[in-house]
Amino acid sequence: MMQTRNLAILVALLALAILAPFVVYPVFLMKALCFAIFACAFNLLIGYVGLLSFGHAAYFGGSAYIAAHVAKVWGWPIELAILSGVAVAAILGLMFGALAIRRQGIYFAMVTLALAQMVFFLAVQAKFTGGEDGIQAVPRKVLFGFIDISNEFTFYYVVLVIFLAAFALIYRIVHSPFGQVLKAIRENEPRTISLGYRVNHYKLLAFVLSASLAGLAGSTKVFVTQLASLTDVQWQMSGEVVLMTLVGGLGTLFGPVVGAFVVITMQNYLSGFGEWVLVIQGVIFVIVVLSFRRGIVGEIAAWWKARRNGAP
Amino acid sequence: MFELLGIAPQALFGQLLLGLINGSFYAILSLGLAVIFGMLNVINFAHGALYMIGAFVAWMLLQYLGIGYWASLILSPIIVGLLGALIERTLLRRLYHLDHLYGLLLTFGLALIFEGLFRREFGSSGQPYTIPDLLTGGKNLGFMFLPIYRGWVIVASLIVCLATWFVIERTKLGSYLRAATENPTLVSAFGINVPRMILLTYAFGVGLAAFAGVLAAPIYQVSPLMGSNLIIVVFAVVVIGGMGSIIGSVVTGFGLGIIEGLTKVFYPEASTTVIFLVMAIVLLIRPAGLFGRTR
Amino acid sequence: MKLKYGLAGFAGMVLAAGAANAQISDNVIKIGVLNDQSGLYADITGQGSVLAARMAAEDVGKIGNTTVEIVFADHQNKPDVGSTVVRQWIDQDKVDAIADVPTSSVALAVQQITKEKKRLFLMSGPASSDLTGKACSPYGFHFAYDTYMLAIGTGTALTKSGGDTWFFLTADYAFGHALERDAGEAVKAAGGKVVGAVRHPLNTSDFSSFLLQAQNSKAKIIGLANAGGDTINSIKQAAEFGIVAGGQRLAGLLVFVTDVHALGLKTAQGLVVTESFYWDMNDETRKFSKRFFDKHGKQPSMVQAGVYSGVAHYLKAVKAAGTDDPDKVAAEMRKTPVNDFFTKNAAIRADGRIMRDAYLWQVKAPAESKGAWDYYKLVATIPAEQAARPLKDGGCDLVK
Repeated sequence: MMQTRNLAILVALLALAILAPFVVYPVFLMKALCFAIFACAFNLLIGYVGLLSFGHAAYFGGSAYIAAHVAKVWGWPIELAILSGVAVAAILGLMFGALAIRRQGIYFAMVTLALAQMVFFLAVQAKFTGGEDGIQAVPRKVLFGFIDISNEFTFYYVVLVIFLAAFALIYRIVHSPFGQVLKAIRENEPRTISLGYRVNHYKLLAFVLSASLAGLAGSTKVFVTQLASLTDVQWQMSGEVVLMTLVGGLGTLFGPVVGAFVVITMQNYLSGFGEWVLVIQGVIFVIVVLSFRRGIVGEIAAWWKARRNGAP
Repeated sequence: MFELLGIAPQALFGQLLLGLINGSFYAILSLGLAVIFGMLNVINFAHGALYMIGAFVAWMLLQYLGIGYWASLILSPIIVGLLGALIERTLLRRLYHLDHLYGLLLTFGLALIFEGLFRREFGSSGQPYTIPDLLTGGKNLGFMFLPIYRGWVIVASLIVCLATWFVIERTKLGSYLRAATENPTLVSAFGINVPRMILLTYAFGVGLAAFAGVLAAPIYQVSPLMGSNLIIVVFAVVVIGGMGSIIGSVVTGFGLGIIEGLTKVFYPEASTTVIFLVMAIVLLIRPAGLFGRTR
Repeated sequence: MKLKYGLAGFAGMVLAAGAANAQISDNVIKIGVLNDQSGLYADITGQGSVLAARMAAEDVGKIGNTTVEIVFADHQNKPDVGSTVVRQWIDQDKVDAIADVPTSSVALAVQQITKEKKRLFLMSGPASSDLTGKACSPYGFHFAYDTYMLAIGTGTALTKSGGDTWFFLTADYAFGHALERDAGEAVKAAGGKVVGAVRHPLNTSDFSSFLLQAQNSKAKIIGLANAGGDTINSIKQAAEFGIVAGGQRLAGLLVFVTDVHALGLKTAQGLVVTESFYWDMNDETRKFSKRFFDKHGKQPSMVQAGVYSGVAHYLKAVKAAGTDDPDKVAAEMRKTPVNDFFTKNAAIRADGRIMRDAYLWQVKAPAESKGAWDYYKLVATIPAEQAARPLKDGGCDLVK
């Protein structure tokens, strides 16, 4: 029952995604998809393990710099550049995760924030990052040596494939036995330990997966906007991904995707409101926290459920 | 470049004193944040914005009503405290039964609104506020030139921090407060109005932020963005001190001011990062912060 | 989902219909003003730049039967946001030219996009001299100022007038480093010496520690190679610590008249700055500034004047060329000298630099000022040839 409905939604969304660039500006869509990967990666931790990371900008931005550097300066092809971004994010995730998972709750969040600030500091100090100018004009020419991706329209489908792969991976993780253990940790950690699971191993693996996917988002984004900059590693970026996930719905599969689209849409289309941008953003967050706490997707799901249960 | 060994001991002493002065601001701000967290379990992300509003209220009082610095030092915290009470009663109150993530996000939204409104109204480059006549000028201490106003900042913040500590740890009101933090249900069973205490605590905490804002107004430009960079540092101070610990936040505030001051001499580029380095190390060694208790 | 850009921001200027002009695509010339409207640089650029662009469109008058439309957006100082907006403007909204764009990181991104998509880029907000150097573009024109001009203007003039030892207070960012490097070279070339420098993180609020180091260096001049709130706070705290009273002088390498306004003369007096525009230069600038002030409530900054200059020159070129074809308009712009209320016969160099004079100003003491916004007195004029980096040194590939 549940499965068929999800499948129907999936197919409808897929059709929508394929047709979208004919209607909506592709660069905007690509950016939103990258942030959707980022938010899904973050949601893997908070939504399914119950760990609030406040330093995900480190993996997003760190991998963005690496991908931009290897593509621009070393001339590596895009697929290798993205992979090296992901690899660096995974290594960072392994290092930071090993330190951070020893702490709980708000302290976990603070350790991740502190470590992410170190990465930010390195990004400011290191020569190759280009300071506040960032790494600009990252080339985007061919994929696998024969697909021309300099065109935004074509590249959109590449990004869509990357997104779908990431989403499928997350879906697999969440619905695997591994994912079940993660949820058990979220619900009751001592109990999970007593059942004989090595909780820290599970947490660390989830952390590394989340960081790598955040890295995938960051290094893909580099090729969308063709630049990597300090904005990507700033703590505000870590805050933004929290907001996306929350707006869309914590712990729901589609929530982060919706949240990412909403926040990116706001950023893009509110820019015409000039001076009012901050105020409008603030009002929206306040309203979400007060009235739509389950997030957009969470609210819809709850409404759907209530309606079904209400019907005879 | 600044030579590492070239620094004379008296110059170092000057830098330490400056660090202590900056630490005063961290101490007052983190104290407010700690009091609020201890009582409400809310991480008040709007603290930086309320600090900014405190400075702006002082500026407006002077500009529109001709009310000077000394009166502002009392009036501005009261006005901002009232604003805080309004926020607590209308918004924050709805979130107490939830994870503190929501309190943090709500106050983050509020901070954006306040910063946006003030920016729209007063511009981004800010407004000047002059040092009160009584405190202008400076003294040559031999090792450095100390503006009198900076000396006043240390004195004022020490008084405020001590007074707060005294009220919370040594008075009856304070004992209710601490008890209510531990077990609100039990305390209200004794006939104490817990919601009102929560309201007062929040108002007091943001009043402290406003007080810091007025203190800062003559030193820093009164600008809409003055709190947005500070909040994350103050946040770190509270965590290092131990969430909710009064003594912890004050001691850590001054201590980090000094550490930051020293970094400004030896490795100035890292002076904003050093606090996070300290935070990471402290949390890895002492999970609940320097003065915190593990729950 | 397909929202129209800048719903609130449309400031269409419908000019009376004239003879049909087939050369201008869709009979609309759209200029997008992209800048910081909510952050640190909103006062220097922001809505004031949008107003300046509208005034320019008004002054150039009708071009055939076309409509000139000014749209704007806030890039929030994020290169990602800025580049997406510009791509969308060009691809979907058929924007012909981009104006302003403060913050070098965003400007560099826009320069790349406008180069690739062949649209004109009328810069006045960004400072980096790389925009007419390594990152130059046949469609990019730098109208108001650059880091080289600021550094040379302040560095050379002050050193020659006796301020021959310098200490730099530098923002630890690329633009800060560039300012420090260029100013340091200018100081040395003029026979001075740099005795030290300290680099502070961006958005530092307390500068006392750095100022103390500057004070102890005994340098005659303390050069502030930072911007925005950092500069304002360092000047304010320098006054508090008696730096100027103690005989040292402050030189702001990137200070705008709006910053001085925000600081007040009491604090800012004696400060030496380089700007290519000040509202009270002559009758023409006063006339323009009065029009601007009546609508905006503030005097125009150098950047806002630069936006006017850029937009007006662009529209005149469109008019003269009778087309909005980017290559032809760019050629026309290069061919004709820039002339407007504060620019007199300024040529445009191959690398896109507008060759205008720069001026060294000193901030007046409160007693000298006759009223609000009467802030500067002229110290020296730096001729364009000195204010601009020599063409061959920039590394621009358009220069043969």
